[in-house]
Amino acid sequence: MIVAEDLRKQYDEFVAVDTVSFTVEEGEIFGFLGPNGAGKTTTMKMIQCVSPKTSGTLTVFGMDVTTHPREIKQLLGVVPQENNLDPDFTVFENLLVYSQYFDLPRAPVETTIAELLDFVQLREKQDKPIEQLSGGMKRRLILARALINAPRLLILDEPTIGLDPQARHLIWDKIKALKAQGITVVLTTHYMDEAARLCDRLVIMDFGRILVDGKPDALVREYIGTDIVDAEHNPRVIACLNRTGAKYDVWGDTVRVYTAHPQDVIAALLNDCGLGTITARAATLEDVFLKLTGKKLRE
Amino acid sequence: MGYFTVPKLSSRMWKVWSRNKSVFMKTWRVNFFPPFLEPLLYLFALGFGLGSYIEVIEGMSYPRFIAPALIAIAIMNSAFFECTYGSYVRMYYQKTFDAMIATPLSIEEVIAGELLWGATRSLIYATIMLPVIAAFGLIELPLALLIIPFAFIAGFLFAAIGMCFTAITPNINALNYPAFLFITPMFLFSGTFFPLELLPQPVQYVALAALPLTHVVGITRSLTLAAPSGFFMLHIIWILVVSLVLFVLAVNLMRRRLIV
Ligand SMILES: Nc1ncnc2c1ncn2[C@@H]1O[C@H](COP(=O)(O)OP(=O)(O)OP(=O)(O)O)[C@@H](O)[C@H]1O
Ligand SMILES: [Mg+2]
Repeated sequence: MIVAEDLRKQYDEFVAVDTVSFTVEEGEIFGFLGPNGAGKTTTMKMIQCVSPKTSGTLTVFGMDVTTHPREIKQLLGVVPQENNLDPDFTVFENLLVYSQYFDLPRAPVETTIAELLDFVQLREKQDKPIEQLSGGMKRRLILARALINAPRLLILDEPTIGLDPQARHLIWDKIKALKAQGITVVLTTHYMDEAARLCDRLVIMDFGRILVDGKPDALVREYIGTDIVDAEHNPRVIACLNRTGAKYDVWGDTVRVYTAHPQDVIAALLNDCGLGTITARAATLEDVFLKLTGKKLRE
Repeated sequence: MGYFTVPKLSSRMWKVWSRNKSVFMKTWRVNFFPPFLEPLLYLFALGFGLGSYIEVIEGMSYPRFIAPALIAIAIMNSAFFECTYGSYVRMYYQKTFDAMIATPLSIEEVIAGELLWGATRSLIYATIMLPVIAAFGLIELPLALLIIPFAFIAGFLFAAIGMCFTAITPNINALNYPAFLFITPMFLFSGTFFPLELLPQPVQYVALAALPLTHVVGITRSLTLAAPSGFFMLHIIWILVVSLVLFVLAVNLMRRRLIV
């Protein structure tokens, strides 16, 4: 569906996407994770044919993004990171006007719009101006807008950014429903639970490069193990862990021990070192993410 | 790609035009009012007010002299301001162009559609003004009706000029510079309220070379008086050539700004 090889994007001197290669298969949900500024949006924009690549190859539906932008865009649905609904129109008109950019015939599209508004649960709002929608409603409307041309591939750049848990769950359900219809989905997100829940495969990017790719649970097993024990950070714990030879990282005031045998670690910490405040939990994608991308905040 | 790459366009650019038309028609009452009122204000203040001190100018009454200039000025303002402040708001604040280029529309078509719409606004304004001015018996019908198609061509010229400024402006406030340093002088010194011949010879040449409105007034005045000036064809050719060049430039400047 999408094949990128040695894809690069340079803004003047700055390299935003640095020689990445990846393949998205038909029918899967493929995720891009990464800290702020990792190059996720830049990659999405190259796939969408709105930002030209600097070098490398990129094909979507087997077509080159440089030579066939119009054909690719005709089959693509896009939820951009930044909302860009048209404030001069109502909810319904937004979808209608957008459908005209795809040159869709007017009469059937009105039925499609009604169905899409039902799908994202915005039918009652159809005559409201955009400014009267909440953030979650805007996001849902943009998702509906992305579906107007019955796309084969959906690009979702942080589809649930700034949404409450209910709205996020709703969007997740919709994304799963779309996948069930055979639509391929590429999404970016900062929510690890979202990625773990939705993505068949994902990549973690940082500084324009892809650090790892794989299935979410496989990545967790490979980089973290099955379990985590969090303990209070103090010199005695460190000494104790060093003695037992456990793998651990320090995150602020907690020590994070990676293990496949949490009981043993807990027993060791409690019995041999006599410590309190210990929690054991299953390893998550967030642990992989933090381990790989480090602690430093990106500016 | 350079500044004068000829854009590839398809009829989809009219979708952009159509979007702007829909917005315009939503508030048509407000939009149709200025071109109706404006000529009345100018005609009363300048034509019949100030003009009562002027017996004849170029062999005609003062209102008759300025009537075609008022139409030309409206053509200029409607397209220029649509494609500067209007387009800038759509491009920068509303992200309308971003949304459009995520569809099969290309940036070239988006800009072309904006320019066509700017030109259409000029046509609408001229069309509303003509009967108002005709009611005072200041123009020769039916020849003056040719101003309607001409308004589209001249409007396109000012739309392209405006779009070039929009493409290079660092922010919306900086659009005040072309408005005050280019549009205002043009409003005053393009043979609008007094004949160009009153200006010193070198200034006349500058006006003819660099102030598009002189050519537009040249045409509208020929049409409202039913007395084609000797330079009629020259004016037309100037407008067509400059429109085409600036159209290509505007599209390229915008592509450079938006496609990064
Ligand atoms: N138009 C541009 N000109 C110059 N630099 C840019 C431009 N757009 C993005 N960048 C830079 O490219 C890098 C990658 O940006 P990008 O938007 O792709 O990151 P991201 O992974 O989507 O981040 P976020 O999670 O914050 O959305 C950033 O350092 C950003 O500053
Ligand atoms: Mg981003």
